[in-house]
Parts: sequence; structure tokens; C-alpha cells
Amino acid sequence: MDEVKADYSRIPRKTKFRNGVKKSLLYLGLTFWAVLVLFPFYWMILTSVKSYSSYNSEYVPRFIATNPTIQNYIDAFTAVSLGRYFFNTLIFTVVTTVLMMAVIIPAAFAFARMEFKGKNILFVMFLSLMMIPGELVVITNYVTITAWGMRNSFPGLILPSVTSVFYIYLLKENFEQIPEELYKAAKVDGTSDFKYLVRVMIPISQPTIVTIVILKVIECWNSYVWPRLITDDASYFLVSNGIQEIRENGFGRENIPAMMAAVVVISLPLIILFLIFRKKIMAGVSRGGTKG
Amino acid sequence: MKNQWKAWLYLLPSILFLGVFMVYPLIDVLIYSFEQGYNFSSQTYSGIGWYNYAYVLHDPYFAQALKNTFIIVIITVPISTTLALLISLGLSSIKPLRDLYQTIYFLPYVTNTLAVGLVFMILFKKTPYSDGLINLLIRAFGGASVDFIDGPYPAKMFVMCFYTIWVVMPFKILILTSALASVNPDYYKAARVDGTSSRRIFTKITLPMIAPMIFYLVITGFIGAFKAYSDEVALFGTDLNAAGMNTIVGYIYDMLYGDSGGYPSYASAAALILFAIVFTITCVNLMLSKNSELF
Repeated sequence: MDEVKADYSRIPRKTKFRNGVKKSLLYLGLTFWAVLVLFPFYWMILTSVKSYSSYNSEYVPRFIATNPTIQNYIDAFTAVSLGRYFFNTLIFTVVTTVLMMAVIIPAAFAFARMEFKGKNILFVMFLSLMMIPGELVVITNYVTITAWGMRNSFPGLILPSVTSVFYIYLLKENFEQIPEELYKAAKVDGTSDFKYLVRVMIPISQPTIVTIVILKVIECWNSYVWPRLITDDASYFLVSNGIQEIRENGFGRENIPAMMAAVVVISLPLIILFLIFRKKIMAGVSRGGTKG
Repeated sequence: MKNQWKAWLYLLPSILFLGVFMVYPLIDVLIYSFEQGYNFSSQTYSGIGWYNYAYVLHDPYFAQALKNTFIIVIITVPISTTLALLISLGLSSIKPLRDLYQTIYFLPYVTNTLAVGLVFMILFKKTPYSDGLINLLIRAFGGASVDFIDGPYPAKMFVMCFYTIWVVMPFKILILTSALASVNPDYYKAARVDGTSSRRIFTKITLPMIAPMIFYLVITGFIGAFKAYSDEVALFGTDLNAAGMNTIVGYIYDMLYGDSGGYPSYASAAALILFAIVFTITCVNLMLSKNSELF
């Protein structure tokens, strides 16, 4: 929307100057926070390209690496099983997200378009589950998964997080905005519900579905608590547990440059994803994200 | 209504998963919390009663966790919300570079908190060969260096809160910037025609318009801060009790798993205590926001 340039705001020169000072202070403040946000990223990249000996010989750390090396990155993949953690997280993220979509899309469709007895009561029951904090159910889930002998396995990692009431709700709201006439017309033509869902509903709701996928991927990639409870065999660690393991036992503990290389490798996929889908991710989070 | 069974078929997977991993655990956690002397390996217990709650409430580790959690909540929620409001106001009053700033501010949201926590640890930690960047800065300004990771309690709490704020800011800034952007610009134009001062515009137009979003952030901020856990692990390692930096959620998991674990009853009791605290605070927040004159 264009600002209307009206005559009522003929600003005297003095105010203009004061506004200039204000603006610069504003930019100064905003830049300060930006530096505070970026600095840890800069520091991890910087440290990750310093050699072990040069890092340890710098009592006052240098702000540029004089002899950058990629040795730490090689170490990160050879000395500890970072590649393994990475691969595990990839499988975990993809399978969990795909399974979740397969569970929530039909549920949202049933709530949005199908008629059955007890629909409203069931929906209210679903909604009330949104208020339940994960901490309450994690204890029993831990016991259940242990009892099923699924510790240190992908099913054990994945199964408890393949449903989300919130995403069912979000998707149902979206499905309901698609004109019902389309559904009725399809019914008259003899199109099956499933076909209608796949051919019409899902393509039209694609933006919301993409949003949900992105949010779920971020959640999976960063998940720490459940994987930590359910795995103690390092060959099933995800990156979060991996980094904790590396910190406590890897690289002879004090090889900080190698640790930082691992940190960079772990952080990179989501940052790249973010830079590509910046607009979508930010819109998605402001619609349906929570953190903090 | 011949298609009834079909609808249930569509709902079946989600009902199954929710039943097994949410509804059943919810009932189960209540039962656990009242089973006294529960033995994890033989799955037996000696009686029913309030002993688990009494045990947790008298456990010094729980007291420490409770204290830490409350300090984190009381410090980080007001500071991060105010700071996010200031930054969003700043962002909404500039045009050039706004997208760039917004992108940068959002970065912590998409990063793994455990990984970046390690960077914070290095920045603040004192080691034999270097005091760490932050301590060198403090010394450059004439202060005395202090170990923020293994040192005195207030220093550790400072890093803890600093890191928590760093982590929660992106979400708050994002929500408040979009709230500010959705205020109808006609209000501002009308106010400017009337020659209203900018302070008055802020208190009479901007603040009331974005008040619901501020309350939303305060409520979710309280809930999130009460559940603090992985940020602590990122900075101080998995043995939070030894570091004296455990939180309520950390206490629950320690009771469940690891060297101190094997006590799902105590964990359940602690989890229900946490739920009661969060529930009460959320209700109080909701009541305050309902009664507030900003609406």
C-alpha cells in the first residue's frame, strides 16, 4: 500500500534532522541485535576452519583464520560417526513426516467433508488433546516402547510422533474453505471420496500441506528428548544426540575446532532449507508454529 | 448414512495413534503417580497413596530444579517479550534492509539448539589455554573474568537466560512484526492529521491493536519457559543435577532414564506437578488478559 503524500506533513528542517538522528540510532540498534544473532554462526564457521594447534595456541582468539583448513570436516566424518547420525536423522525426518501426512490428511478430510455419527463430539475430543503437554505422555510412551522391545529402533523413534492434533485441525480448516459444491458435483459424477481427496482437495490445499511439512521437518531435525530416551546405542543416534555424544566423548573432548565442524554440518541443512523457502517458512511459523 | 464406516476408516489411523500414544498415557501417568514403591523391572508396586508426590516435593534436586525453572521464567519471559516488541517496532518503521534484518532475526528458529548451544558454551567457557572470548571482552573493559559454565551460580544463570532469550526471540519478533503489519494504516493517517504525538499513537493505537498478540506471546512464553530443558543440556551437558542447573522437565527425564533413572512413579508425580503449575499460571494469565483495560 502506498503512503499518501499529503500536504499536512510539511516537515520543518529541524524535525527532519532529528528524524535523521532517530533513524540512525534505530539502524544502530537493529544492527546490534543482528550482530548478536549472527555472531555465534560466524564463530562456529571460523573455529571450524582453524587447525587444532592454531586454535589452542591462540590465547586471544583471532577473528579471521590465517590458514584455513578442511581437516576438521574430514575428522568430523571419520573420527566420529557424524555421517551415521546424519543419515539416521534423514531417515527419521522423512519417514516421520510422510507417515504423519498419511495419518492426518484422511482424518482432516473426514472431519471436513464426511458425515458420521458423533463427529462433533469426536472433534472436540481431538481438540482437547491439544492442551496436553508432551511431558505428561512421554513417561508412559517410554515404558510402552520399552515393553514392545522397540528401543534402539526406527519404529520406536518414529511411531509416537506420527500424529498431531494441531495439524489435523489446521488442515481441516483449510479443507473446509474449498467450496462444498465441488464435492457434491464430484459425488454426482460418481467420483470416490478417495479420488476426490487425492485429485482435488490435496492439490488445492497444497500451500497448507507444504507449511505443515516444513514445520514437521524442522521439528524432526531438531528433536532431542525422545530420541535420547529411546536410544542408547550410538548407531541409532540422531544429530542432536550425536552432538551431545561428540561433546562428551568424541574427539578426545578438547578438539573444539572438530566439534565446530560437526556443528556446522548439522546446522547447514535447515539453514539452506530456510534460505530457499524463507517466505513460506516464516508465514508457516506465524500461522502454526510454537517455540519458546 | 451408508458411508459411516468409511469415515471411521479415514479416522482410524489417527484414533489409533492418539489412543495409544496420548490418551492411554494420560490415564496411565495418573495411575503411576499414585503407585507407591513401583518397581520398574518386576512391574509391581506396594500400595496406593501420595508418597510419590511427597518424595518429589521433599527432594532437594526437585527444589533446585523448581528454583532454576522459576528464575528462567521470571527473567526470560518479560525481557524477551519487551525486546521483541522494541525490535518489531523498529523493524516496522524502516523500509530499506527490512527483509534482510527479518531474515537474520529468524535464523535461530531453524537451528538445532543443541548444536548452537555448544558455540555459546565455547564463547563463555574458561579453559586452561584461553579464557574464552566473553571473558577477554570483560577483562578488556576492566572486569574480572569468571567461568560462566562451571563457575558461580549467578554466572551460569546469566548464560542460561541469555541463551534462552536468544533462542526464543525469532518466534516473538515474527509474531509481533506480523501483528504490527496488520494494523489498519488508516488509524495512523487519521492520528497524524489530528497531530497526535507519536507516544500517544503508540499507547492509544498500536498497543491496543497488538495487545492480543502480546498476551498470546506471554502465555506461550510462560508455557515454553516452564518446559525449559534442551537449552540447559546444550550449555551444561546431560548431568544437570551435578551442574546445579536442572529444570523441572530435566528432573522428570532424569527420574525416568539414565544413571539416576528407573522411577516412572516419581517422574509421573513430577510431571503432574509441572502440569498443575503451568495450568494455574496459564489460567491466571488468561484471567489477567480478560480483565485488562487494553481490550
